[in-house]
Amino acid sequence: MALNPKKHEMPTQAPEVRAHNFKEVALGYTRQLADEEAARCLNCKNKPCVAGCPVNIDIPGFITKIKEGDLEGAYQVINKTSSLPAVCGRVCPQETQCESKCTMGVRFEPVGIGRLERYVADWHNENAKEAAKAPASNGHRVAIVGSGPSGLTCAGDLAKKGYKVSVFEALHKAGGVLVYGIPEFRLPKAIVAKEVETLKELGVDVETNVVIGRTLTIDELFEQGFEAVFIGSGAGLPNFLNIPGESLKGVYSANEFLTRSNLMKAYEADPRTPIMKGGKVIVVGGGNVAMDAARTALRLGAEEVSIVYRRSMEELPARREEVEHAVEEGIVFRLLQNPVEILGFKNPDNPRDERNGFVRGMRVIKMELGEPDEKGRRRPIEIPGSEYEIEADTVVIAIGTSPNPLIKDTTEGLEVNRHGGIVINEEGLTSREAVFAGGDAVTGAATVISAMGAGKVAAAAIDKYLSEK
Amino acid sequence: MYKILSKKELNPTVTQMEIEAPRVANKAKPGQFIILRVDEDGERIPLTVAGVNKETGAVKIIFQIVGETTFRLGKKEAGEEIADFVGPLGRATETEGIKKVCIVGGGVGCAIALPVAEEFHRLGAEVVSIIGFRSIDLLILEDEFRAVSDKLIVMTDDGSYGRHGNVTVPLKEMLEAGETFDLVLAIGPGIMMKFTALTCKPFGVPCRVSMNPIMIDGTGMCGGCRLTLNQDGRRVTKFACVDGPEFNAYEVDFDEAMSRGRMYLDYERHAYEEACNLFKQA
Repeated sequence: MALNPKKHEMPTQAPEVRAHNFKEVALGYTRQLADEEAARCLNCKNKPCVAGCPVNIDIPGFITKIKEGDLEGAYQVINKTSSLPAVCGRVCPQETQCESKCTMGVRFEPVGIGRLERYVADWHNENAKEAAKAPASNGHRVAIVGSGPSGLTCAGDLAKKGYKVSVFEALHKAGGVLVYGIPEFRLPKAIVAKEVETLKELGVDVETNVVIGRTLTIDELFEQGFEAVFIGSGAGLPNFLNIPGESLKGVYSANEFLTRSNLMKAYEADPRTPIMKGGKVIVVGGGNVAMDAARTALRLGAEEVSIVYRRSMEELPARREEVEHAVEEGIVFRLLQNPVEILGFKNPDNPRDERNGFVRGMRVIKMELGEPDEKGRRRPIEIPGSEYEIEADTVVIAIGTSPNPLIKDTTEGLEVNRHGGIVINEEGLTSREAVFAGGDAVTGAATVISAMGAGKVAAAAIDKYLSEK
Repeated sequence: MYKILSKKELNPTVTQMEIEAPRVANKAKPGQFIILRVDEDGERIPLTVAGVNKETGAVKIIFQIVGETTFRLGKKEAGEEIADFVGPLGRATETEGIKKVCIVGGGVGCAIALPVAEEFHRLGAEVVSIIGFRSIDLLILEDEFRAVSDKLIVMTDDGSYGRHGNVTVPLKEMLEAGETFDLVLAIGPGIMMKFTALTCKPFGVPCRVSMNPIMIDGTGMCGGCRLTLNQDGRRVTKFACVDGPEFNAYEVDFDEAMSRGRMYLDYERHAYEEACNLFKQA
């Protein structure tokens, strides 16, 4: 049988339809598409794809099981090293990880590994009958701070080894960025809830409404009998542009905008948490979070949504697929321009005008690309005298986040770098004995899968530390 | 779920509750706040801790019914539960080195001011309290303030009780008479705190205020509670939830903070009416 040189496309909702609903954009492979895509895997001996995966999933192994028609078997192969397959299949940047190393990709398009992973995980979630079983306890207690991707991964790996794990979450719902940040149309919340449920079946305690650094400190966790702690508290502090007008009404950090929509369900018909919607929306930034915010604004009913980014299309840090989806849905890309000021409404004749203090537009300056910087990205340079105004009712700032200082400030001897990231060694150990860390709390804003990889490394190190103790 | 241990109406629109939350009770210090959700799908709202009982694990909150969420909370009875209760959040009031303090409370802000006054009293500081209300019907916590204050002045806007006028009147008189304080701490509506700061400024007396902006998570994550401080000619953004809620009154941009507080006014009016109607029908 001649192999298809191209990846099988995954069916999606039509752009004109999905731009007005919060249902998932990509619909997933059918059984037939999955079989045909699996057939493209050469099952090569050196398995370069596995090295491209931050959690080292045995990729040819699970694809072989699909070829054999053993979907539960395929799931079990993935589940050996990944705690959140249905999540990763959706949000991993496979094109720069596993799929970038695929042998097929040398001459053709690589195997659609992410799409197959998603198919297998979804099949399992729909068809698996047995609940996960908690293994026999080894008597050791481990505390995990934060229920985002790194925390859940670390918790899952340790629970499977028999540790008694408690996860502490500051918000009222478990999942971290998977529930407050990534929108429903990219990662349905039911999938995150299902992954958390599976962890609970494994014996993991998930306690919401506990802010470590406030409700309890790291030291108090040890006093309560935990023998090791993993900090996966994320990069919770939003960065702002520090330009005039950033505190006008109608200016949001992406974190706030997405949290209102996702976690607080402001997208629902009659929400209890308000959000500004409609009109013209400008999102500043070019990463995945900026794409999420722009596409959320569109679905909330904005008449026009544009991205303002200081470099060009080539340099957008967002996943290619997310950019393509955004373009298809009609998001306007205002490239090579940078905000100078956010403009507010002010009625000179009436200080009580209710519109006073709300956003009315943005002043931007055009940019051109100069020499590459230390990371190899071409540096944007302002073009003098090129400033102009754009109309806007809402502005969302999506230019990244920094690690949250709450834990650092309340944990003596915990070393951080100049960006506020917790300092760790190659095993995830911090400057404090028995305190490990990983994910965005260490690196600053990065991807779900790199956080999961860090959770995994730390889980192995915690296991080693406690079994040798 | 978090159990409501007791409920008491302090005046027609202000209610006091004790919520069972031992971890919060164990940790909370005066000046800190909590965030709660009344029910699933409810909004997250911040409320200052009005007192704790470490033995029973009770955390006291005092709230004014101003919108949908506080309306729904006010409908709950002792023995019932609320969905979420997290804290303590924010930084505690700084008390070190303060021998004489003037606590200025306005309206329901007095509920926040009381535990701070109690703490200063407990630490042996001389406490002068000025509490102000629109009228006698809205008066709360007078006896509690009297118990911890070396001097208490009650003001009403309409003169229906205590002295006639707003809280800055006696404050100005005292300062003009040469009285000094190590700290004036104002807690109440934005406009009251702004004018307290303006009253203190000519006398060079240190003045702090407790800000209560709109917020969601309370851990620094959303940035919705940001406010601007004017520090040495520079405008600096701070988050009330992690950097506050108390700030140097002379640095706070009150006009901006008050404007931001009105961001969802339209929505809130509408939601409140809807909630009231819902309960009328039931």
